[in-house]
Amino acid sequence: MPNILEVKNLVKNYGDFQAVKGVSFEIAEGEIFSLLGPNGAGKTTTISMLSTLYTPTSGDATIGGHSISKDPMGVRNIIGVVPQDLALYEDLTAKENLIFWGQMYGLSGKSLASRVDEVLGQIGLTDKAKDRVKTYSGGMKRRVNIGVGLLHKPRLLFMDEPTVGIDPQSRRAILDTVKDLNKQGMTVLYTTHYMEEAEELSDRVGIIDHGQLIAIGTQKELTKQVGETETLILHISENDDPEALAKAFRDIKEVLEANVVNTEISVITPSAKDVLAAVVTKANERGIKIHSIDIREPNLEAVFLHLTGRALRD
Amino acid sequence: MLKTFIIGIKDLRLAFRDRAALIFMLAAPFALTLGLGLVTGRFSGNSSGISDIPVIIVNLDKKELGNALEDLFSSQDLAELVEPVSGSSPEAARQSVDEDKSAAAIIIPEGFTNSIIPSQADFANGNEPEAIQIEVYANPSRPTSAGIIKSIVDEFISRVEEGQVSAQTSILQMILSGRITPEQAEQAGIEMGQRLQNSPNVDTLAIKLNSTTADGEAVQFDILAYLAPGMALMFLMYTVSHGGRSILAEKAQGTLPRMLVTPTNSMQILGGKVFGIFLTGAAQMLILIGATTLLFQLKWGDGFGVVMLVFAAVFAATGWGMLITALARTTAQVANVGSAIMLIFGILGGSFISLEQMPLAVQTFSKITPNAWALDGFTTLGLGGTLADLFAPITALLTMGIILFLTSVVLFGKKNLVQK
Repeated sequence: MPNILEVKNLVKNYGDFQAVKGVSFEIAEGEIFSLLGPNGAGKTTTISMLSTLYTPTSGDATIGGHSISKDPMGVRNIIGVVPQDLALYEDLTAKENLIFWGQMYGLSGKSLASRVDEVLGQIGLTDKAKDRVKTYSGGMKRRVNIGVGLLHKPRLLFMDEPTVGIDPQSRRAILDTVKDLNKQGMTVLYTTHYMEEAEELSDRVGIIDHGQLIAIGTQKELTKQVGETETLILHISENDDPEALAKAFRDIKEVLEANVVNTEISVITPSAKDVLAAVVTKANERGIKIHSIDIREPNLEAVFLHLTGRALRD
Repeated sequence: MLKTFIIGIKDLRLAFRDRAALIFMLAAPFALTLGLGLVTGRFSGNSSGISDIPVIIVNLDKKELGNALEDLFSSQDLAELVEPVSGSSPEAARQSVDEDKSAAAIIIPEGFTNSIIPSQADFANGNEPEAIQIEVYANPSRPTSAGIIKSIVDEFISRVEEGQVSAQTSILQMILSGRITPEQAEQAGIEMGQRLQNSPNVDTLAIKLNSTTADGEAVQFDILAYLAPGMALMFLMYTVSHGGRSILAEKAQGTLPRMLVTPTNSMQILGGKVFGIFLTGAAQMLILIGATTLLFQLKWGDGFGVVMLVFAAVFAATGWGMLITALARTTAQVANVGSAIMLIFGILGGSFISLEQMPLAVQTFSKITPNAWALDGFTTLGLGGTLADLFAPITALLTMGIILFLTSVVLFGKKNLVQK
């Protein structure tokens, strides 16, 4: 598939602070591409430049052949944006909101009316269409926020952390909506700091940290970067000494790495089952009770840890 | 253009769904008008709230009509309203007005009566008498009082002109029918005038603060016609600052950035916001005018003039709202500055105390407020004026609005309100 988005050395400076440091990547038509990174990594700034809200300090990007710097109006006609924070008029109803935003995208008359009805159905709010948005739950508001971005059937949809601060049920509904939209042919650029969302949704993932794109590829390609390893996650009591136990784990021959976060110890090894007995023995020798043990396959969390030395949630 | 209109309509709708804003936009000015109307005795029907207007009359005519006008101002019916003083020199009278000792000087030129009632010789020779006009030299710092004096004189002249036409027609008919000779015409005219004056059916014009509108309807000056626009204009400043605040509020709540990633340029968006403020302000003014007309039977005057004046006043006020927004950094700053401006302009513009009672310096400074100009216009309309009499206030308001808009656009450009 041809690329719908091509980003070349995109830079954004705020005075001396460099928020985005020469980011380059492409997205093929029909793809779901996730930008994964912790808060403050530069995800929103990148999306804001690509959606023509912010002017890049240097570099450029083309969307559907339109340059974000030279032809912002051309870009705006083919993109949809779902911002991280709700951007709705709470004193208007869901339907009034959709009509207003549809008009901002140039829709009118019957095409506007039918698209508003379709989108209301798509976000599951047909019955509540005439209620003011301020009476909605957080999840319902999020759905309207997404609906606004879909009105004009954009070729490329930017979704900036659309599941932040909502209940699991609404989160599930949003993730399913993203998948449905993609099945209908829409290309999606999705930003998140939730590894599970990136893993579930994405064809490809770009990992961004401190304004730099530090890795890009399919999930398989990325996890290969940390090798064929598995991770043992052990939970112990607060009163025990996890640092001392982790140090003891590092003495086991097959253990590559052992890290501590609060009462959780993660042990990276080529084969979890081969070290499991040794790990339990080391804990018993010190009189430490293990509350639970999980074995995890290589994932994006591990990739981020491997690349930055920090967990995604830090 | 269409998107500008759509944004404006959206803002109008949002403004009228905001209960807190509605209290300030409609309930507060209405309640204050009602309260001040009660205080001034408007609803007890025994006071206009204006009294003892100093006026200087220079009667150089010294004949029937000149004397009649002078007598009118000294009549019992106008005793509470005006305080007339006779003068002998037009220059001295004008100086008295210039020195703010009088609200107006009425100068009745020599030959005024003869210009209306031709002499026997003129009538016999068929000579048209030279038109001579009464001069009302008005004090610009006392527009309301001067307007009242002018309306009394206008009413007097209007009645005289009506009588002149009727009398000339009647006497001409009498000559043509042979009932009188041309030599008897002057005496017949004088007798006719005296009979009319003594007739019980003739409404002495000056009893009320009357002037005559274009369609001949008598208009009574009403203190509410001063108070109601004063309050409406003061709270119009709240509306425009509230509207200006919505620009910064939309930025904070993300709807402004969201608009900017639609195929809509920033000038369309800014234009839409301005249009929304203008629409809201105009709707507020027109609702208040409609409500006071229906509930207080308040006559605002010439309808077309009222609408044009409202649009001009709202345009200028919107300019102030935009300037405040362009200078402020946060919605709280706009709210605070907007409230302060609302009160300062209300006081300066004469919403609480008539400008005539303020020092000259304050009266001059008040010209920076839309309130003062618009109130001047509403007073003119309340006294029977029409759109043609509103040239000065409307021109001033439009000029003020244009200057403020241009300044705001420059400031918004420097501030880079929406882009980062």
